[in-house]
Amino acid sequence: MSITVYVPCDSSAVSVGADRVANAIAQEAEKRGVEINIVRNGSRGMYWLEPMVEVATDNGRIAYGAVKTSDVSSLFDADFLNDGSHALSLGLTEEIPYFKNQQRLTFARVGITDPVSLEDYMAHDGYRGLKNALEISQADIVKHVSDSGLRGRGGAAFPTGIKWNTVLNTQADQKYIICNADEGDSGTFSDRMIMEGDPFVLIEGMTIAGLAVSATQGYIYLRIEYPHAFEILNTAIANAYAAGYLGDDVQGSGRAFHLEVRQGAGAYVCGEETSLMESLEGKRGLVRFKPPLPAISGLFGKPTVVNNVISLASVPIILDKGGDFYRDFGMGRSRGTLPLQLAGNLKHPGLVELAFGVTLRELLYDFGGGSATGKPIRSVQVGGPLGAYLPESQFDTPLDYEAFAALWAVVGHGGIVAFDDTVDMAEMAKYSMEFCAVESCGKCTPCRIGSTRGYEVMDEIVNKRDLDKNIPLLRSLCDTMLNSSLCALGGMTPYPVLSALNHFPEDFGVRVEHNAA
Amino acid sequence: MTEPTMMQTVQTIVADLKDKKGALLPILHAVQNALGYVPPETVPTIAKELNLSRAEVHGVISFYHYFRDTAPGKHTIQVCRAESCLSLGGKELENHVKTKLGIDYHETTADGQFSLEPIYCLGNCACSPAIQIGKDVYGKVSTADFDELLKEKSA
Repeated sequence: MSITVYVPCDSSAVSVGADRVANAIAQEAEKRGVEINIVRNGSRGMYWLEPMVEVATDNGRIAYGAVKTSDVSSLFDADFLNDGSHALSLGLTEEIPYFKNQQRLTFARVGITDPVSLEDYMAHDGYRGLKNALEISQADIVKHVSDSGLRGRGGAAFPTGIKWNTVLNTQADQKYIICNADEGDSGTFSDRMIMEGDPFVLIEGMTIAGLAVSATQGYIYLRIEYPHAFEILNTAIANAYAAGYLGDDVQGSGRAFHLEVRQGAGAYVCGEETSLMESLEGKRGLVRFKPPLPAISGLFGKPTVVNNVISLASVPIILDKGGDFYRDFGMGRSRGTLPLQLAGNLKHPGLVELAFGVTLRELLYDFGGGSATGKPIRSVQVGGPLGAYLPESQFDTPLDYEAFAALWAVVGHGGIVAFDDTVDMAEMAKYSMEFCAVESCGKCTPCRIGSTRGYEVMDEIVNKRDLDKNIPLLRSLCDTMLNSSLCALGGMTPYPVLSALNHFPEDFGVRVEHNAA
Repeated sequence: MTEPTMMQTVQTIVADLKDKKGALLPILHAVQNALGYVPPETVPTIAKELNLSRAEVHGVISFYHYFRDTAPGKHTIQVCRAESCLSLGGKELENHVKTKLGIDYHETTADGQFSLEPIYCLGNCACSPAIQIGKDVYGKVSTADFDELLKEKSA
């Protein structure tokens, strides 16, 4: 009987050599006349251990990592296929504390299944949510989602059930489901991991959304920077069509749902839902005024649900186990789990899915293991390039939408980027303004002009010129951007800028007494 | 590539895709996939077939960072400039890449081998710093790793 060996096809694992390792294992097995079956799974999310190779045993999968091609021959020598001991052995994957201490709901299958195998998906509780959804009314589907307390995981945290309900109750000859897969926030990769590691869960979630609101067409708007996800999604969609899970008659229900992946073209602002719809319509990605809400008049002027990948990928388990099951995780008004992404200068970066309520400190030290460089962690940006920088004094904040809002910070899409004490926060503030200037759609003046002026002012500040004039000017400019930009790009760029200035004034050449005055 | 062939390629693509809803981006992607860029001389054809003005098509091409109207080098190198990469030496890597290639962003080396573009996040933030060459992503890239990759690609 051949032994199954897992080597991730996740693009991050591939970026550190997973394809080469998979080839080396296949060649070595052939050379030694050993019969093995290599499965390219998603990543378990422990990226410092990638490429992480797993071997299936009767007791569960045994992990080895990080494996280099030069280790492969010694792994065979140590009989790793039969639990032989080796320096890279990590024991049972599911007993590794980083993995074991998580609460994986949305990511239940990622790293376990072959991403494009529908059979594998079904064997691991796949399409149970859809089965339930087909047996209940549209209003009841929406009720489950409302009861779950699910809020938009893209960053805005708007209650998903309310959005769906609006679309359900808006009459139209055509409605759409859009999956926002324009995961542009730096420090985030959970959408990518789902699309590369368990695409069917997203397809199932979108199908349920379509059934719930009578939408027959779905689009996944995928950023061009994710070519691997594009291929995997398209393969999975083709498999779902072939098995009758997509098409004119979903599982014999007589109801249609079609799905297509559309690629973006490198514009960060297209992650904003109205800009995204303009782009899908084939136009420049200019932000639209709201109202009208997309739920009333969205893509091609039709009622449209626009949800992030993680929001939609959380729907199948909600429909499988019920809204109450999901709602029982979390704290306050932040219900369920959040797939957090530990990134930047951390010893153990990766994907950690936990119920809301875990503190930043637990994530940075218990999971993240402190900084990769061994120096103190000085600053952490949470929630992408528009998220605030938090100093050490705020590390005990629980991950909760409201707790973060109270600190004038955001949870956003759950990206956490750590910096050690070599970081220059004035440079980071300057970078934030530069990023906004590069990515502004140009429609509103505060963002278009404000970001460019902000970059110029920050350049003056970084060079310690006229601080008495330039610091108040920066604050005034941020005030304008914050309060009068059309969307979150201009409106939230002041978050990283002002949080850097307020928490790390010394990097801006501001003396504390000067700052107080 | 001779002129008629290029135009034929574009005409075939447009004929295949123009009936899709919101067809312009899929068409531009297909053209850039086939030709490496969207040649300005093909804009009138695309515009005419979609019943758009040339200005509208040009406006879309120029809005998106990914679309280009000049031919790229044999390999396009994209260096991530975002925060996670900055936290682990992304700036040093960026400076090294520019010095090594002798070009700045949006430029192509004189021998036509390499084009250099900035990118804001490859979603490889757990393996920073990251770069992309063509469609291949590389993580935890040191300056020495970059030199090695460059040698590989130049060969």
